[in-house]
Amino acid sequence: MEKQYIDLYKQQQESIKKHSSAVLNSSRDASFALFENLGFPTTALENYKYSDLKEALSIDYGLNINRIPIPVNPYEVFTCDVPGIHSYLYFVVNDAFYPVKDARNKDLPEGVIIGSLNEVAKTHPELIQEYYGKLSTTKNDGLIAFNGAFAQDGFFMYVPKNVVLEKPIQLINIMRSDVDFMANSHNLIILEEGAKAQLLVCDHTMDDVRFLSNRVTEVFVAKNATYEHYKLENSHSKTTNLSTLLIDQQTSSNVLANVITLHNGVTRNMIEIDLNGEHCETLLCGMVIADKKQQVDNFTSIIHSKPNCNSKELFKYVLDDVAKGGFTGRLMVAKDAQKTAAQQSNRNILLSKTAKMRTKPQLEIYADDVKCSHGATIGQLDETAKFYMQSRGISESEARLLLMFAFTNDVIEHIQIDALKDRIKLLVEKRLRGELSKCEGCVICQ
Amino acid sequence: MLEIKNLHANINGKEILKGLDLVVRPGEVHAIMGPNGAGKSTLASVLSGNQAYEVTKGEITFYEKDLLEMSPENRSREGIFLSFQYPVEIPGVSMVNFMRTAINEHRKYKNMEALSATDFLRTMREKKELVEMDNKLANRSVNEGFSGGEKKRNEIFQMAMLDPRLSILDETDSGLDIDALRIVANGVNKLKRADNASIVITHYQRLLDYIVPDFVHVLYNGRIVKTGGKELALELEEKGYDWIKKEVDGE
Ligand SMILES: Nc1ncnc2c1ncn2[C@@H]1O[C@H](COP(=O)(O)OP(=O)(O)OP(=O)(O)O)[C@@H](O)[C@H]1O
Ligand SMILES: [Mg+2]
Repeated sequence: MEKQYIDLYKQQQESIKKHSSAVLNSSRDASFALFENLGFPTTALENYKYSDLKEALSIDYGLNINRIPIPVNPYEVFTCDVPGIHSYLYFVVNDAFYPVKDARNKDLPEGVIIGSLNEVAKTHPELIQEYYGKLSTTKNDGLIAFNGAFAQDGFFMYVPKNVVLEKPIQLINIMRSDVDFMANSHNLIILEEGAKAQLLVCDHTMDDVRFLSNRVTEVFVAKNATYEHYKLENSHSKTTNLSTLLIDQQTSSNVLANVITLHNGVTRNMIEIDLNGEHCETLLCGMVIADKKQQVDNFTSIIHSKPNCNSKELFKYVLDDVAKGGFTGRLMVAKDAQKTAAQQSNRNILLSKTAKMRTKPQLEIYADDVKCSHGATIGQLDETAKFYMQSRGISESEARLLLMFAFTNDVIEHIQIDALKDRIKLLVEKRLRGELSKCEGCVICQ
Repeated sequence: MLEIKNLHANINGKEILKGLDLVVRPGEVHAIMGPNGAGKSTLASVLSGNQAYEVTKGEITFYEKDLLEMSPENRSREGIFLSFQYPVEIPGVSMVNFMRTAINEHRKYKNMEALSATDFLRTMREKKELVEMDNKLANRSVNEGFSGGEKKRNEIFQMAMLDPRLSILDETDSGLDIDALRIVANGVNKLKRADNASIVITHYQRLLDYIVPDFVHVLYNGRIVKTGGKELALELEEKGYDWIKKEVDGE
C-alpha cells in the first residue's frame, strides 16, 4: 500500500515542492524519509489497535499535487448557518484554502491573520518558520509523517498578543471530487500571549466517492491565552477521516477541545495536548453517535510536563448496529509535574449486541503528589428508567431518545458558544431519531 | 372501572400472585395492607405493565378493555397511574422536559393538540402548589438527588399533572415526615372526584386517617384474604397480621 505513495513522492516531489512554499518544503524530505521508514500504521501498533485502516488505505485515491483549482464556490453553495452564530467563515476545499469572499470577514481585529497556510508562508515566512512542524515532526507516526511529506496547504490563523476574537471562527472542510480522492491538509493556529479565540471546524463531504482526509492541525497557545476548538464531523459513510490535533499550552493558558462525531465512515481523531507551563487548564471532551458500519476511534493523550495544571477529559459514545468505537485516554504526568489534577471518564452505551466498544485508560504517572482519577463504563440504556417514563405515558422510543439525549448532554453542555450548543442539541436529537442530521439549509452535505 | 379476576403472576419463575380478585368502581378508595413480601408491589407492577412480571393466569379489565394487552405507556394514557414505592432517578432528563413529553403524549393519544408553553407552565405551577413542591426540584433532573420524601412528593405532583382515572399509591407515605404526609394526603384528596378511584398500599393506619378508604383489603401470600371497612385497618394496627395468617393458613 505504501509503495504507490513512495513511488509517487519520488516521481512527483519536484511538483509537490514547486506548488508549495519554501517553509513547508523545508521539512518535507525528512517527513518523507520517516514515512518511508514507518509506513502506514496497522492494528499491530499499540496506538492503532482500535483503528483498522487497511481497507481505507487500499483505495487508489487521486491527489491534487499540481493544485488544480476545484470548480466549486463554497460561499455560494454552502449556506450552513448555525442561526445566530455570527462567525467569521472560512473554507478549505479538500486541502486547499479557499480565497476569502465573505464580507463578514472584513472586520477582523488588527493584526489577526487568517488565510492559506501556503500563502502566508510566502508573505510571512519567519512566522510560519517559527511554528510549522514544531509539534508534528517530532512524532513517530506514519500518518503524521505522510502529511508532512504531502501537505501543501491548509488553514492558518494568527492572533496577536492580547487580541480577543469576539466572534468564533468557523472553518468548514469540504471534500469535493469526482473520483476517489485524498487530501492532506495542514492547519496552523497560533495564539500569542493573552489572546483569545474560538474555532469551530466542520467536516463535510459533497460527492458520492471515497474520500480520505489526513489532516494535521498544530495549535500553539501562549501564556494566558484561551483557545476553544470544536470539531463537528458530519461526513458520509465512504469517508475516512484521519485527524491529528496537536496542542501546545504555555503557562496559565486555557484550552477546551470538544470533538463530536455524528456521522462518518471511518474516523480516527488523534489528539495530543501538551501542558508545557504551570497553571494550565484543559478540558478535552467528545461524543460519538454511530450506527451501521461507522467506526470511530478517539486516541487522546494529555501530557502534564509542568506542575499545578488541571486537566479533565470526558468522552461519551452511543453505538448501534455493528458500529465500532475505540477510546484511548493516555495521561502522562512527568516527574516534576507535582500538584497535577487530572480526571478522565469514558462512558459508553451499546444499543445492539453487535456494536463494539473498546476503551483503554493509559496512565503513566511519575510524580507523587497528584490527584488523578479515571473511569470507563460500557452499558445499556437503563431499563428501570425507561419503564418509569413509559409508566407516565411516554412511548418506548421517546423514552429511549430522552435517555440517550440525557447521556450525551454533559458533553454538549461544555460548548461555550450558545448558538452552537443549541444547534448541536438539535443535530444530536435528529441524529438519535434516525433522521439525517445535516444542518438546515446545508445543501452540500449528504 | 377495574376488574381483576383470578390473577396469577410470576417473577423469575417464582409465583407471587396466586389468584387475586379485586373490583374497583369510580369514586372508591381501596386500601391494601399486608405483611412484607405479600405481593402488594407486585400487584402494582403488574397493573402498570412491568415486563419483569409474567402473568400466567387470570384477567384484568380496565373500563372493559383488556389491560394485559396494553403497553405500559397506553395504560398510563388510558388513565392508570402508579406512584412508585421506589421512584427512579433519571440523571440528565429535566423534570420539565419529562413532564412536557408525558403530557403531550397523553394529549396526542386523545387526539388533542400539544399544550402551549404558557399553558404547560401554568399547569406545572398550579400542580406544584398543590403538593407544595419546591421550585428548585422542578428545575432539576427527574428525582436525581431528591430525598426520599421529595421523591414521594414528586410522584403525587406527577399524578396531579396527569390526572389519572385510577391511581395506585404504593407506600407513598413511607419516608414522609408528618407535615409532608399531611400535604401529600391533602393533595390526593383534592384530586379525588366521583369519576376517579385510588388504590392505596400502606403499612400504616396513619395515612388512612387522611385518605379515608371505602374498603380495606388484606393481601397475604398472593391473594386478598380479607376485606372490610376502614375499621379493619384499626384492628390490624392493634393486632398485627398473625390472626389473619392463622385464619388463612389454618384453612
Ligand atoms: N426480581 C425478583 N426475583 C425474585 N423474587 C422477587 C423479585 N422481586 C420481588 N420478589 C419477591 O416477590 C415477593 C413479593 O414482593 P413485593 O414487592 O410484591 O412485596 P410487597 O407486598 O410489596 O412487600 P413490602 O411490604 O415489603 O413492600 C417477595 O417475596 C419478593 O422477595
Ligand atoms: Mg412493596
